[in-house]
Amino acid sequence: MKVTVKDVEHIAGLSRLTIPESEMEKFTEQFNQILNYADILEKIDTEGIEPTPYVLPISNAFREDVPQPGVTHEEALENAPAVYNDGFKVPRVIE
Amino acid sequence: MTNYITVIGLEVHAELKTKTKAFCSCSTEFGSLPNTHVCPVCLGMPGALPVLNKQVVEFAIRTGLALGCDIQKFNKFDRKNYFYPDLAKNYQISQFDQPICLGGHIDIEIDGVPKRLGITRIHMEEDAGKLNHSGATISTSDFSSVDYNRAGVPLLEIVSEPDMRSAEEARAYMEQLKAILEYIDVCDCKMQEGSLRCDANISIMPEGAKEFGTRAEIKNLNSFRALVRAIEYEVERQKAILEDGGHVVQETRTWDEANGVTLSMRSKEEAHDYRYFPEPDLVPVEIDDAWIERVRGELPELPAQRLERLVEKHGLPKYDASLIVATKAMADYFDAACANSKDDKAVSNWLLGDVSAYLNAENITIEQFPVKPENLGELVTLIKDGVLSSKLAKKVFAEMLKADKTPKQLVKELGLEQVSDEGAIAAIVDEVLAENPQSVADYKAGKDKAIGFLVGQVMKKSRGKANPGMVNKLLKEKMQ
Repeated sequence: MKVTVKDVEHIAGLSRLTIPESEMEKFTEQFNQILNYADILEKIDTEGIEPTPYVLPISNAFREDVPQPGVTHEEALENAPAVYNDGFKVPRVIE
Repeated sequence: MTNYITVIGLEVHAELKTKTKAFCSCSTEFGSLPNTHVCPVCLGMPGALPVLNKQVVEFAIRTGLALGCDIQKFNKFDRKNYFYPDLAKNYQISQFDQPICLGGHIDIEIDGVPKRLGITRIHMEEDAGKLNHSGATISTSDFSSVDYNRAGVPLLEIVSEPDMRSAEEARAYMEQLKAILEYIDVCDCKMQEGSLRCDANISIMPEGAKEFGTRAEIKNLNSFRALVRAIEYEVERQKAILEDGGHVVQETRTWDEANGVTLSMRSKEEAHDYRYFPEPDLVPVEIDDAWIERVRGELPELPAQRLERLVEKHGLPKYDASLIVATKAMADYFDAACANSKDDKAVSNWLLGDVSAYLNAENITIEQFPVKPENLGELVTLIKDGVLSSKLAKKVFAEMLKADKTPKQLVKELGLEQVSDEGAIAAIVDEVLAENPQSVADYKAGKDKAIGFLVGQVMKKSRGKANPGMVNKLLKEKMQ
């Protein structure tokens, strides 16, 4: 077992996901299956091979520092569940 | 009681002076109506893709070179995942394991003792939005309002080594860093507005200990004064815990300026689980030698070089020069005034004396100072040339503060021109000699000092306008 029920609870917490108690075992098992599958890659000898964070053969895609209009104030707040003082109203942020 | 050693490291966030955000073309203008400089990218809309602003890389290289860092050729961005409403995406684009700059240092000097403080790394990242709390503080608010105008504004995070041992050293580090960022023109450095922010990692350890103590990270330090006060408070707090046999908890604390205390914010344990991974929406940045060398060639004069120039070429004492170069605007004012002056040391004296006193009294910066530098230079030259006595110069200076006029104009308007007309001065000299026979006799009897009194009398009668050199000459001639 690579991950335990406790790890899954922790990751679910970080991701703001609620996993029903009844499905905990199932998720833990699936997590482990995925990790075990990834283990196959561990068997390959990667000695001397640079990590590959990107697979595209391009770099330095830049934008010039010239301002362009975005969306309006009203458009920006259109999706806000609640508005307060011209901003997105959010619940208390600290425990 | 045990002696403790304080260990401080600083994490400084400098907002870059670009016109647009790091990954979208929204304006970075400060102080607008909330949520007006926003677009799908910085609002975290699904499907919106970031594109890097080239100027961010340019500024990062410039900063790294100015601080003596090694610029890393291969750069990637990473996602720092966390749930907090200041970023709509639920992650911040940052650089994790491969920052653009490594190594580097800042040199400080306290009471003439130099010390080199290390810089660990500098990385590029985006700023978060601003939370405006409904209550007085973050802890007493039931809800908050988020403004995403600042979300996506480019930042450099400059991380120091834990090399500082006192609040004074931390302050000196910040002052030097601020001066350098101003000189290389990458940041506004307005701590009150938040364009330069500082977090301090503070721990203490008993003298002779091999390992650092547990640290607390102090946030919300938005002035040099807050930095110094927070460090002093935190050191005492940690000492009290250790003296009681307790353990310092590793945590984030916020500086409460009004009450002069640090307060616990949240447990770091979970918050630290940022699950960084390479940002798949951006391609790598590769920086070649030609780019680095071009930026190096364009580096402006740095504070240390300017200090040297002020001492060597303008003949200022090192301490005076250090005060002038501490703020770029002040150093620029000095240069501009000297360009129109015959006495650089006097310019410096005016800046550190009357001008600084005025700035402090009015609570303004040198940028808002009403007197043009060339006019201050002219005033100094008028004194040097003997046109104005220093006493009358102060009078002219007071008028210069009120109206944008040249000292020469004011000298005329106020009727302060020095009288160098020999006939007019001779008439006053004759009067004074007639009124003071005793001093004349004393002088003739060999008491050279008596002439000082007579010069003073002539100056008084001329209301300070007689050319002192000429007064001296005429008195001597007439008493022969």
